[in-house]
Amino acid sequence: MSSHQAPAGPVFTPERRARLEEMSRRYPTRQALLLPALWMAQEAHGWVSPEAIDEIASELGLTPALVRGVVTFYTMYHTHPVGRHFIQVCTTSPCLMCGSGEVLKAVLEHTGCGELGATSPDGRFTVIETECLGACGFVAPMLIDDDFLESVTPDQVPEILARYP
Amino acid sequence: MGYPHPIHPLETPVLSEHFGQPEARTFAGWTARGGYAALRKALSMTPEEIVEEVKASGLRGRGGAGFPTGMKWSFMPKDDGKPHYLCCNADESEPGTFKDREILRWTPHALIEGCAIGCLGIRAETCYIFVRGEYTTPLRILEQAVAEAYAAGALGENVFGSGKRIDIIVHRGAGAYICGEETALMNAIEGKRGNPRIKPPFPAVAGLFGMPTTINNVETLTAVPSIINRGAAWYAGLSLSSPKSTGTKLISVCGHVQRPGTYEITLGLPMRDLIWEACGGPLPGRTIKAVIPGGSSVPILTAAEAEECVTDYEGIAAKGSLLGSGGMIVMDDSTDMVLQIWRLAKFYAHESCAQCTNCREGTAWSVRVLERILRGEGTSADLDLLLDLADQMTGRTICVLSDSCATPIVSGIKKFRDEFEAYLSGARQPALVEA
Repeated sequence: MSSHQAPAGPVFTPERRARLEEMSRRYPTRQALLLPALWMAQEAHGWVSPEAIDEIASELGLTPALVRGVVTFYTMYHTHPVGRHFIQVCTTSPCLMCGSGEVLKAVLEHTGCGELGATSPDGRFTVIETECLGACGFVAPMLIDDDFLESVTPDQVPEILARYP
Repeated sequence: MGYPHPIHPLETPVLSEHFGQPEARTFAGWTARGGYAALRKALSMTPEEIVEEVKASGLRGRGGAGFPTGMKWSFMPKDDGKPHYLCCNADESEPGTFKDREILRWTPHALIEGCAIGCLGIRAETCYIFVRGEYTTPLRILEQAVAEAYAAGALGENVFGSGKRIDIIVHRGAGAYICGEETALMNAIEGKRGNPRIKPPFPAVAGLFGMPTTINNVETLTAVPSIINRGAAWYAGLSLSSPKSTGTKLISVCGHVQRPGTYEITLGLPMRDLIWEACGGPLPGRTIKAVIPGGSSVPILTAAEAEECVTDYEGIAAKGSLLGSGGMIVMDDSTDMVLQIWRLAKFYAHESCAQCTNCREGTAWSVRVLERILRGEGTSADLDLLLDLADQMTGRTICVLSDSCATPIVSGIKKFRDEFEAYLSGARQPALVEA
């Protein structure tokens, strides 16, 4: 994985800045906007780049080191570029014992990612196993980008992936 | 209801009555189902009256700790001149638990109403609902419902013309089990790393943004409107067992049963009725071996213990475990207990915030020792080593994540020692091979 691709443009376009300022009325501190601002960075670039960290730090009056500390705590923020579609398959015990390992295997195979954390050669998919998605009665639950899928079986995987060009 | 299944006769649908009905998600649909009558009623009550009603109902925290809700609310200061906050914990992440997700996605207005009544009870004008980042669909549905509630005047600066202000803000998490710990949750809202805080000070004294704060689970708050509507006596009368376990509880059942789902039971229902009847019992040709009754952090019950267990706070405690979050993981005779316990330990090691040594090192080393056993490389001293580690991980850290990792290991070794020993003796083939 290349360690760095320059992000395309600033996080805070006029539209996003307006959203941030609207949000600021709901919190008594500026720092409370940090998680929402990081979500905006990921929405803008697909990941949270060092440039975005600097920009957010300056926007919220925080140090880049503090922002970096927060980014690295939360698993959903990507600190490096990922594939166009990010796939998370739950393999915590309740899912694992009901066959989610087979679903993960099918996802790794049909995306061409081969191994966990890797991006497919065409840049289309990155696949990880994730901890409990909170849908243990719907094995296997899976997140593709912001789409939460339930009760996925290995044979459904090719058809599901086809929906994510 | 046993969503996604129809209501089973053994269930008592109060919170789950409208699960699976998309119209219930809208303000109009919720109002047509009797929604927002409780909030209107609460607006005419004093905070003391609201707290007393909730106290008298016997409602206890449904997130896992089971602390009496009315009492928690009564800890909030009066006339202190400070802003008060209510936090709703929608960071549902405890393996086996998926009940709050059904509330968030099917009856978001019930939760909004509960949050608003909670605000009135603790004299807060602002409630933050912290939703785990992975719950993308529930987040969208909840945000839509909050916007509708504002538009209808159920939230905002003049709730239903009462002159009272209540704001609800949905705050999206970003992946971290530990943020379900109440002080970590407050740090996450404040834009910090989700490390649990040392207590005291307790949240009612200095919580979110340093102000008096109450944190309640989604299901707890969602139970409040029906208590206000139908009265504390009605709720307290819903019990099949002990006066300490009142009302209904959502139990999310997963694993090896015929009909996994979220079932709503009157507390005190025999676990046998729930698992072997409502959920349809084991899969064909299988028998149930073990049940983790309250989310992965509580001690494992054998099937024999589960069959005799009463599903309430005291009944499960009497069997040596906990009702916890009500996330039940059912394991049948095909389950490799050592492998599943290792996977749970791996979960806790991944989720440790790493600020306490005993947790950071204890969870990681537990995983390594369990892996060694699963590779067929364990020694006879390894079980004692795991138990010693578990002892060092229990009651010695800021929060209970470390204890939660130790719990399934200790109860697993105690009740399924033969499975561990089968790996140690070579009677069982290694389940893990070196990559």
